Amino acid sequence: MRRLTSVACLLALAALALLGGCGEPQFNDAEKKTIASLALNTLPSLKPDTTNQYADAPAAAALGSTLFFDVGMSRDGTVSCSTCHKIDRQFQDDLPQAVGVGRTNRRTMPLAGVARNPWFFWDGRRDSLWAQALTPLENPLEQAGNRAAFAHYIEKRFGERYERIFGPLPDLSTVPANASPLGTDAEKAAWNAMSAAQQDDVNRVYANIGKAIAAFERSIEPQQTRFDRFAIDLATGAKPEGDAAFSPEEILGLKLFIGKANCVSCHNGPRFTDNAFHNTGVPPADGLPPDRGRVDAVAQVQADPFNCFGKFRDGDESACRELRFMVKDGPQIMRAYKTPSLRGAADRPPYMHAGQFATLDEVMAHYSKAPPSVEGGSEVHPLDLSERERAALVAFVKTLSD
Amino acid sequence: MASIWRYILAGLGLAALLVGIVAAVYLMLPQPAPAPDISRSKSTANGLFVASFEPERGVIRQGELQSWLLTLKTAAGAPVEGAAITVSGGMPQHDHGLPTSPQATDYLGDGRYRIDGIKFTMSGWWQLRFAISAAVGSDSVVFNIVL
Repeated sequence: MRRLTSVACLLALAALALLGGCGEPQFNDAEKKTIASLALNTLPSLKPDTTNQYADAPAAAALGSTLFFDVGMSRDGTVSCSTCHKIDRQFQDDLPQAVGVGRTNRRTMPLAGVARNPWFFWDGRRDSLWAQALTPLENPLEQAGNRAAFAHYIEKRFGERYERIFGPLPDLSTVPANASPLGTDAEKAAWNAMSAAQQDDVNRVYANIGKAIAAFERSIEPQQTRFDRFAIDLATGAKPEGDAAFSPEEILGLKLFIGKANCVSCHNGPRFTDNAFHNTGVPPADGLPPDRGRVDAVAQVQADPFNCFGKFRDGDESACRELRFMVKDGPQIMRAYKTPSLRGAADRPPYMHAGQFATLDEVMAHYSKAPPSVEGGSEVHPLDLSERERAALVAFVKTLSD
Repeated sequence: MASIWRYILAGLGLAALLVGIVAAVYLMLPQPAPAPDISRSKSTANGLFVASFEPERGVIRQGELQSWLLTLKTAAGAPVEGAAITVSGGMPQHDHGLPTSPQATDYLGDGRYRIDGIKFTMSGWWQLRFAISAAVGSDSVVFNIVL
């Protein structure tokens, strides 16, 4: 009889162990493969930027760093790149819309991994990091300067450092103090009165300012998070320990993220972005001018003299395939915006291209409901997520910040 | 001796339980949807050409701009030269087109055309449609690519 009892106990234990095993968080092979593809250890090393021959020159990065934090790089001496791209705030500013000299109509983007982008700004209106860096410098709502003034400023403040990197500065003695093809009427008139050679000289110095800032920004890379530690343990079969262990809610959030909620369709790869543009039906922000996203950016990047086809590009045109093969028209680019990386997103509300959503809860509610777009067609479909599922997705996104 | 039979019976019981659990898990797995035709070589819609479509470097890398080769032969097997090719496509299940505008950029001889600027930004079912116009006439073909 005692033996019978012990056998029954053994059976019960075996059954419990089996059922217990089923209750453990489990991922199938396809899920494991997807999770591994999101981990930071799959991020390839940063490719050289052949359009910027100074991209990996330490002296250029050092000058770029100085310029990035220098409020002298603005019309009224109060705004630098770092005014909105704050170093202690993931290089963003926590505001719904950036405020430089004036208030813009777009959310400041964080900079981790920025050098890996094929397109810049929410709408991709620039095609290289150095061309991007030039744009706020002359935007009247951001740094509000003009390229002639910047060339003079570089000569006066950083002439020696500049020349050690880029070679001799041009003769700027007859260049007006303020001139730009994009500035005020007076600045435009002054620009148009300059000779083509002078314009070229100033544009060259201006392009090099962008190349130095870009060289600095290449060093800003994403950091490992709790999710990455969990993903590495899952891939190697090790049991996640300490903060690498996920709670049941975080596991559910991850399963939804790569499954039913389809987040991973666009938020894919180790940066959680497909680097492409999508209309997801995000409503316009109140009180801002009409914003059509990628539709208007296409013409802007084509018209930019500092784009990859322009004469200020280093290297050959083989680097310009993104620009060459970009989608130029069609309904899909109406109100399409770039998929942002989700790394660190939980720590930087508000969300979307004009800070439309104050919290991640609001973001999940939007994607669960998937309202139609005010213009163009939204690519997302209603998910009808439960409150528990939305909370689980938020819990998972937070693991990309810890 | 009777106790040995008890152990055997218990073993059988445990085995039955295991089989039951494995079967239950198997039955609960989602059934895959019918897969689209992913052949890399096929006749064009009206049978004018035989088209083959392969990544130029052999592998598909998600998220990278890649070039592919479209090889066109007549039904009799002769290479099709001087074809005008336009490319379109998208993801049928996501209501969106291609994230790039691929183009036929080079003729490499022997009916082979380089289609450059292809980028698959996400996993799933993609379609690439080619409208082909050559001396013998015009035809089209659709290739399915599942990542």
